[in-house]
Amino acid sequence: MSVASYSYQLQPARVRVEFFRLLPISLFVVAFGAAFGLAATQKGLEPLQAVLMSATVFAGASQFAAVDMWGAEVSVLPMIAVVFAINSRHLLMGASLYPMLRDVSPGKRYGLLLLLTDANWAVSAQEYQSGRRNLEVILGGGLALWLAWIIGTGLGVYFGGLLQNPKALGLDMVLGCFLLAMALGGKKSPRVLVAWAVAALASLAAWRWLPPNTHVVVGALAGGAIGFFWLERKPTAGVEGSDHDR
Amino acid sequence: MTVETTTAGILFLIAVMTAVTLVTRFGGAFVMSFVKINPRIESFINTMASSVLIAIIVPMAVTGDAGALAALITTAVTMLVLRKPLPAIAAGIAAAGVVRYLA
Repeated sequence: MSVASYSYQLQPARVRVEFFRLLPISLFVVAFGAAFGLAATQKGLEPLQAVLMSATVFAGASQFAAVDMWGAEVSVLPMIAVVFAINSRHLLMGASLYPMLRDVSPGKRYGLLLLLTDANWAVSAQEYQSGRRNLEVILGGGLALWLAWIIGTGLGVYFGGLLQNPKALGLDMVLGCFLLAMALGGKKSPRVLVAWAVAALASLAAWRWLPPNTHVVVGALAGGAIGFFWLERKPTAGVEGSDHDR
Repeated sequence: MTVETTTAGILFLIAVMTAVTLVTRFGGAFVMSFVKINPRIESFINTMASSVLIAIIVPMAVTGDAGALAALITTAVTMLVLRKPLPAIAAGIAAAGVVRYLA
């Protein structure tokens, strides 16, 4: 691949549109971040330390898990293992964006990946299935989610008492509902449905019998194997012909 | 190896978590830069991508409480009827709240 081949131009106007598009879901992320801020201070982190962790790690589930292991001392290797296992889905998410990411320079590519998280990835991945190339949502949407996560953590640290029980309000289900809506909004073919069934069974089996936090990667790879062996009959404009959008 | 949760210790732990998470954010794209993308790999990537969603949601539904199940079912039905994500998500969250309030 030559240097001149970075054909994807990030458009500032679209980045702004995607920022505002993910603003509603970011409001829920604020609430989720507040729950994290509260949990972190209860485990003995200083307010600024909790906010720093949210700003640099920016991966909610793994932060909850790590803070859960907090005490007077923390064993480093188990903590690394838990954080890596929970966040290993990022590996697959980043890989799935590569057909678009290869068309931006390495600097921009890894810069975008700094902001990679479930919600903005889900939008980008689903749009790619329908033939639209959207890296702007990774940047614009990612910024909205990142700021919301930091602001939420700050609120939880200082005003945590306001949100004692986020679960009672259903706030723990925000991400699950969002991802489900994304999945159902995407393209459904017999091949996809078979892959989903395999992914569901594999993730449940992993949940039951494999080490904790491995189920997402196991399920996703099992579903992906269906795609590897079962190719779509005719190359549709959506997937293989995505060049026209460049 | 254990680290005491002094100020320096906590900053070290946050740095470690940041580094580990960065590896997961960068690793997938980095590995793919050595893979030649042919239709079969493309097909694998696309099927895997939507399977990630399912692999997160299904265990959540099966192992969650009644509120979690209500949230996901409500989101699914609303999404399939209206085909708009935001009402579907809002309805799902509201359903979790209502079911847990009644339970």
